[in-house]
Amino acid sequence: MERKIRVVLAKPGLDGHDRGLKVVATAMRDAGFEVIYLGLRQTPAMIAEAAIQEDADAIGLSILSGAHMTLFPRTRQLLAEKGAEHILLFGGGIIPKEDMGDLAKAGVGRLFGPGTPTAEIIAYLKQAVPGRRKEAPVV
Amino acid sequence: MYSEEFQAKLKQQRKQWEDALTREPGRCRRDAFTTLSGAPIQGLYTPAEIEGADYFRDLGLPGEYPYTRGIRRTMYRGRLWTMRQFSGFGAPRQTNERYRFLLRHGQTGLSVAFDLPTLMGRDSDDPLSEGEVGKCGVAVDSLRDMEILFDGIDLGKITTSMTMNGPAPIFLAMYVAAGEKQGVPAAQLAGTCQTDILKEYIAQKEWIFPPAPSMRLIVDMMAFCTRRMPKYNYISISGYHIREAGATAVQELAFTLADGFAYVEAGIRGGLPVDEFAPRLSFFFNSHLDFFEEIAKFRAARRIWARRMREKYQARKPESWLLRFHTQTAGCSLTAQQPENNIARTAFQGLAAVLGGTQSLHTNSMDETWALPGEKAVKIALRTQQIIAHETGVTHTPDPLGGSYFVEALTNRMEAEAEKYFAEIERRGGVLKCIEDGFFQKEIARSAFEYQQALERKERIHVGVNEFVEEEETLDIPLLKIDESVAREQVDGVRKLRQSRDGAKVKGALEALRRAAAGTENTLPRLIDCVKAYATEGEIVNVLKEVYGEYREPAWF
Repeated sequence: MERKIRVVLAKPGLDGHDRGLKVVATAMRDAGFEVIYLGLRQTPAMIAEAAIQEDADAIGLSILSGAHMTLFPRTRQLLAEKGAEHILLFGGGIIPKEDMGDLAKAGVGRLFGPGTPTAEIIAYLKQAVPGRRKEAPVV
Repeated sequence: MYSEEFQAKLKQQRKQWEDALTREPGRCRRDAFTTLSGAPIQGLYTPAEIEGADYFRDLGLPGEYPYTRGIRRTMYRGRLWTMRQFSGFGAPRQTNERYRFLLRHGQTGLSVAFDLPTLMGRDSDDPLSEGEVGKCGVAVDSLRDMEILFDGIDLGKITTSMTMNGPAPIFLAMYVAAGEKQGVPAAQLAGTCQTDILKEYIAQKEWIFPPAPSMRLIVDMMAFCTRRMPKYNYISISGYHIREAGATAVQELAFTLADGFAYVEAGIRGGLPVDEFAPRLSFFFNSHLDFFEEIAKFRAARRIWARRMREKYQARKPESWLLRFHTQTAGCSLTAQQPENNIARTAFQGLAAVLGGTQSLHTNSMDETWALPGEKAVKIALRTQQIIAHETGVTHTPDPLGGSYFVEALTNRMEAEAEKYFAEIERRGGVLKCIEDGFFQKEIARSAFEYQQALERKERIHVGVNEFVEEEETLDIPLLKIDESVAREQVDGVRKLRQSRDGAKVKGALEALRRAAAGTENTLPRLIDCVKAYATEGEIVNVLKEVYGEYREPAWF
């Protein structure tokens, strides 16, 4: 059996809007993912550290406060510094399209806006994660 | 209410009507119809559905107990609601310009949106503030920023609402000090500070201190305002955020009023006579997509509150029975897809709020699923209110939907369902215990997930999202951008302020605050001394954190 997809989900920064992230967490758990839910007020350092410790495949960040141009690149940078570039960084929130483009160029994965079906996020991870794993899937 | 003869006739005719219906081919589009919150809706409402209702007991006249039909005899024939757009971004200077823009275009009250560092009690140069300064609201670090924010705006004439909770007493102190600088005494200041920390633990999650010291600070505000600020609403008990977090209309109603009862009980325990503080309690609700359900919610809220205040808490002054409320249209109902459609959604929601008898209203802007509102979008939102007020004619008589079989039945159902929640909350040990146990949080998360599933299964249609979708969309709305230079200026500003003020005075004021916070002395006068000495918000919060500690939420979903 292929190993389950392991996802760290977190709210970085000071934003408290966690409705969307909780909905996504529940849907991912129901889809058979292993969800490590860090919750609110996480710093990029805490998130990167947790993802490495947990051997996560992906990190999903939810940001509705407008701080996305700071928090996504910072997390990406910390992952790179720690040799964990294989961990997929993706997310969602209130993010203008222009910023989405800039973040994609900076190595951030898909960013999902309001109204995205959870099935679309799950399908994305199923497609994007396997190719990025360091080692062969654990059988 | 109806004669036996009437009831028998109705029963017979209804039976015939139902029989005729079963013979019609095709019949209904769906097997069952429900409100947005899942309450069943019948195929017909008649006087039978409100059988047992007593007009005088349950509705009464507008401006009279139990206020189901509104809190004023004239309602909007007398005075329109306050048009109050929640607004704030960037540095205080920019937000001040936006306020002047809105006032020029006919807005009648102010409502301050603060940025996250400010809401969380952190200065702009705090390491955790990085990336957040001025982003989802205006950055305010000290009284100096408040002075700029209200520059050229007469605080003696305008009412200001501040969405501020964890550090609410600090901002009340700043508002008092800013008023004083303009020559307006505290007793003349009118407006609202949100101050509702309970809903922060439940839904909005912008807390600082643990629940017990937070409640103590609120009782300090109650006592201070009761004596010194008779025109000020020191708390706005909020369902808005509870609803946005995913609650149903019933949950919004029940949890918000339960929070309200908790504040009343805290005030009474703090030794304040209920009739002294209750008249200044105010509320804040969401107006969501389901038109009649929302109207029923507002009407039920007034009735429940009036009954509880009079019967349970023994309030004797009619002003203590009144549930006065602000409404904001539902941000979570807006779509990023085809965002211009949000203008229509907001208009219907605003109309529901008005038909529900709101005292003030914020209408959301169409672009809020993408960014903070730009000038064009916010102007259309304000114009939407003006159209409701001046063109639709719904303001011409109080509670125009009163007596509708459907609306009255929904109102009764809302009240009954809320009462069930009140009983459950009590059985579980009260509001604080329910927060500690995550009861509200889990109820809301469950509703949010169920709603999302209903959307994905297309049991609910959201236009542009899961039906009437357009594949290639371009955004034609100019979005507001907050430049990074704002944060740099703000950081420089707060650092310069710390250099230029009288350091010994700040230190003395902070120490006096620490003693008051650790003891039983009311903290408000001490906070006013601190802000007048230009202590920063972060410095004040840090002193209080040292005394009270910080709240931490367990991470669960």
